[in-house]
Amino acid sequence: MQLTTWLRLVLGRPFRGAGHRTALVAAGLPLHLAAVPLWLWLAGAMAGVPALTALPVLLALLVIPLVIALPVLLTLVVTPLLTVGQRRRYRALVGKDLPRPAVRGPGRNWTSAVRRLTGRALWRQVCYHAVAGPLFALLDLAVLAVWAAALVAASLYVWIWALPPQGWVTDLGYTTQAVYITAGGLALLFLGLRLTGALVRLETRAAEILLGPSRTEKLARRVADLAESRTGVLDAADAERRRIERDLHDGAQQRLVSLAVNLGLARSTLGDLPEDARKVIDEAHREAKEAIAELNDLVRGLHPAVLEDRGLDAALSGVAARLPIPVRVAVDLPRRPSPTVEAVAYFVVSEALTNVVKHAQAARADVTVERIGETLLVVVADDGAGGADLAAGGTGLAGLAKRVASVDGTFSCRSPAGGPTVVTVELPCAP
Amino acid sequence: MRAVIAEDSLLLRIGVVKVLEAAGFEMCAQVADAEGLLAAVEEHRPDIAVVDVRMPPGFTDEGVRAAMVIRHQYRRTAVLLLSQYVEERYAAELLAANTSGVGYLLKQRVADVEEFAEAVRRVAAGGTALDPQVVAQLLVRRHSDPLDRLTPREREVLELMAGGRSNSGIAAELVVSESAVAKHINSIFTKLDLPKADADHRRVLAVLRFLGVVTA
Repeated sequence: MQLTTWLRLVLGRPFRGAGHRTALVAAGLPLHLAAVPLWLWLAGAMAGVPALTALPVLLALLVIPLVIALPVLLTLVVTPLLTVGQRRRYRALVGKDLPRPAVRGPGRNWTSAVRRLTGRALWRQVCYHAVAGPLFALLDLAVLAVWAAALVAASLYVWIWALPPQGWVTDLGYTTQAVYITAGGLALLFLGLRLTGALVRLETRAAEILLGPSRTEKLARRVADLAESRTGVLDAADAERRRIERDLHDGAQQRLVSLAVNLGLARSTLGDLPEDARKVIDEAHREAKEAIAELNDLVRGLHPAVLEDRGLDAALSGVAARLPIPVRVAVDLPRRPSPTVEAVAYFVVSEALTNVVKHAQAARADVTVERIGETLLVVVADDGAGGADLAAGGTGLAGLAKRVASVDGTFSCRSPAGGPTVVTVELPCAP
Repeated sequence: MRAVIAEDSLLLRIGVVKVLEAAGFEMCAQVADAEGLLAAVEEHRPDIAVVDVRMPPGFTDEGVRAAMVIRHQYRRTAVLLLSQYVEERYAAELLAANTSGVGYLLKQRVADVEEFAEAVRRVAAGGTALDPQVVAQLLVRRHSDPLDRLTPREREVLELMAGGRSNSGIAAELVVSESAVAKHINSIFTKLDLPKADADHRRVLAVLRFLGVVTA
């Protein structure tokens, strides 16, 4: 029992999956050869053209296109079928799904057919079946021959024992030569194993390259996927921020206001309280109001309700009004941009204005938001000291640039020493 | 004085009712939407309606629209709007026709019990109460040059004045004497080329005209 387990381990492991791989190679042979008659026909027709020119002119004009066009047309019909066959071969035998090339244009009408004909995908397929196919057929044949030879040689003693005592097998008998042949057969088995593996890898690679999408196509597809998933993530994050804002507003904020009202009432109505108790109530009332203010700030940082309800204009003048310096806000938007773009614009302006107040020593600032074609142009300018640097230390600016990049916008900050500083942001927004 | 309140958040409604009752108001009705508010005003003809801007079913500006109706149809009912955030367009709409008996405050001001009660009383009596943040935001909008001629102190005085404060109120807020406030105000009027007026609310009207809320 232990011995058989050990034998299975040592001898069996290298051959695991060999059956499927060999089947793949064997199935490849007819598939690769299926179109060869067509190529031969085409080659023959090409070669025959000079001979055909000997025919009367009218007949030649009729026949030559026919003998050449027919195999070409057949090729166009057969190629997709062969490709389907190859795909099935890989899926059924080694469980590999070859990625499909992108079919541009929907439907099965004439324009899409023409597009398929002129597309590179079809001609790569033709290349696979016409050039790589016959080559692989030869290699398949060679590998199968190695397997056959290996099996026959390795089992030589079985033949000697089983076959009637005539012919070459009997001549060999139980000689030293038979031992060599058997050993050679065993070695061939391992060689066949290696060759099969290598051939399967080679064929798979070629199929992937020629039958699958091209590199450009793959990259284009990947970019499209990434862009889509990024938009999804951004929208989801935005929706989540709005949800949290709503929850805070409907829950904690109302409760805090109610608490502060009650404390305020307690303070003003309970006249005969001892001094200590009054102090405690005063303190609690003040803290409740501070909590409301902090919660308001937090909500503004998340996604202010005014932005969702009333848009950029109202939200930005709210931001400007809370600043200690005069800020002029001019928003000119015939239509509201998408919520995500609105949110980015809002945070850019509010962060930029915070920077102005913190660092610029400015006396005033100007904010303009306008739509030019499919671009939302946001400009925040101040009359401060300048010298803001995107690279050095300005983490606020770098954060802004990242946030803008997340919606494929551009961010620029011109801030020469001595001022003024102008932050310009362009955000793409669909018409 | 008699009041009705329209506010869809139960907690805040209870809070406002408590504050107003403690301040001596008689609460005629408490409703949660604009329709209920108009019905209550029609029935009770209160001195003041305290109205939330955002109410069911749309949660946009139902309160503002109801307030406009009240201002036009029930001239003896004053209106105080409560809002979660400042939208100066609402304030402008509300103030456009007539500045007496109007208020616009942020919801969080209710927590300052005495001041809130005082503001309601002022509006109910035909005065004005604008949230400091509303005033600040209106100033952002109004970017004509006369404002630049004001000193920071005059600007402060103007903002408080636009909020509906009296001279003594401004003096208390800025911790200066009333005569100093009067001097500032005179200076403001001079710089803005505004003629002197006798009644207090005409002073507010002048300020609002300056803010661009009311075009003369």
